[in-house]
Amino acid sequence: MREIQASQITDVVEKLCIEANEHLPEDVKCAIKNCRACEDWEIAQGVLDKIIENYEIADTQCVPICQDTGMACVFLEIGQDVHITGGDLADAINEGVRRGYDKGYLRKSVVKDPVRRGNTGDNTPAMIYTEIVPGEQIKITVGPKGFGSENMSAIRMFKPSAGLQGIKDFILETVETAGPNPCPPMVVGVGIGGTFDKAALLAKKALMRPIDSENPDPFYADLEKEMLEKVNKLGIGPQGFGGKTTAIGLNIETMATHIAGMPCAININCHVTRHKTEVI
Amino acid sequence: MEKHITLPLTEELAKTLHAGDTVYLTGTIYTSRDAGHKRMCEALARGEKIPFDPTDATIYYVGPTPAKPGQVIGSAGPTTSGRMDAYAPTMMSVGARGMIGKGARLPEVVEAMKKYHGVYFGAIGGAGALLAKCIKKAELIAYEDLGAEALRKLYVEDMPLFVIIDCEGNNLYDEGRKAYLDTQDK
Repeated sequence: MREIQASQITDVVEKLCIEANEHLPEDVKCAIKNCRACEDWEIAQGVLDKIIENYEIADTQCVPICQDTGMACVFLEIGQDVHITGGDLADAINEGVRRGYDKGYLRKSVVKDPVRRGNTGDNTPAMIYTEIVPGEQIKITVGPKGFGSENMSAIRMFKPSAGLQGIKDFILETVETAGPNPCPPMVVGVGIGGTFDKAALLAKKALMRPIDSENPDPFYADLEKEMLEKVNKLGIGPQGFGGKTTAIGLNIETMATHIAGMPCAININCHVTRHKTEVI
Repeated sequence: MEKHITLPLTEELAKTLHAGDTVYLTGTIYTSRDAGHKRMCEALARGEKIPFDPTDATIYYVGPTPAKPGQVIGSAGPTTSGRMDAYAPTMMSVGARGMIGKGARLPEVVEAMKKYHGVYFGAIGGAGALLAKCIKKAELIAYEDLGAEALRKLYVEDMPLFVIIDCEGNNLYDEGRKAYLDTQDK
């Protein structure tokens, strides 16, 4: 049994909130640059150049890449041999978010009630996802999620007879409906299987996976490639002005499901796909 | 076409802008998003004035991050304009002509743009650090309690924008995509 202080979790969350918002992951930068090299539509080239210039400014001047510094999605993989002491875990995470969004001059974008609204003023509460895993470490990932893209996400409970074609059509339909709204080029996270809620979680987790990685199952790795290619034939292009680069990445995550169903969730993210991880 | 324009956005100036133009915009603009628009439209419905003169005004749909010490403003890219569709025709009816944001607009907004000679500009979504560089002055003018959504008066220089929908209703989202796809069919 290893003891980890709650205050240590707070410190890590604070740091990750700031770093994730200022520095785009290398895999995302790489994907944007590769797409720029392959883009032959003039207005699209110009937009991608500005997007590259933007993340470079954020990198060197340590300012937020985007003004929507998101809801703080905090993923924890907690080793089952860890004992968290000195405070409540959720409180520790929220304190980290509070400090990170204050010290990092990040935007406070959370309202306390979905219908009655009212900004909480400190970007809490965080969206917390915990998983108990073997071991005696805690892996913390902070993925600030903007809502321009979150709002364009979708979920559908397919009949199994819809088959693979149903999933493929749904991905293209969702990207088409999103159009220029989620600040394309986008990253598409697809979750297939599980229950209604698990499919959505898989889709969000798909966005946390590096976009230069592939699903370990060759069937889904091929589907990722095929669907990214098809999405990029839609012609929406950067910012929706037309062009080849509609998406810079498409990740699929799957799990077992019920004999009667085939849930599919699609979580859309923008080119500012942010996440930062640290292991305690 | 690439154009450098100076505000205010008069009817004459609006008529010279066409969907697809790249525009570098200089002058005074006002920031507002969901909550600010709601308040302004409620004030107008009560017959009251809004916190700035809307005549020929341009509104930027943005909620910036807080300014760090020494900064004029924090990161300041556009938010999704569609959420302001419920309010945009009302704002145009009292004289506001320019809108800066990103994403699709409803047909009723386009109809109001044709009626009042409005122009919808697109700023690059997600490029908040870059766009902040063009903002030379920022002053909070109303609704401070709304935090990031408060109304601000900005002075911008050479802000890089694209005309998405012009006052005749031409739309870059439709035309740009179609033109690109036409080249792919060959």
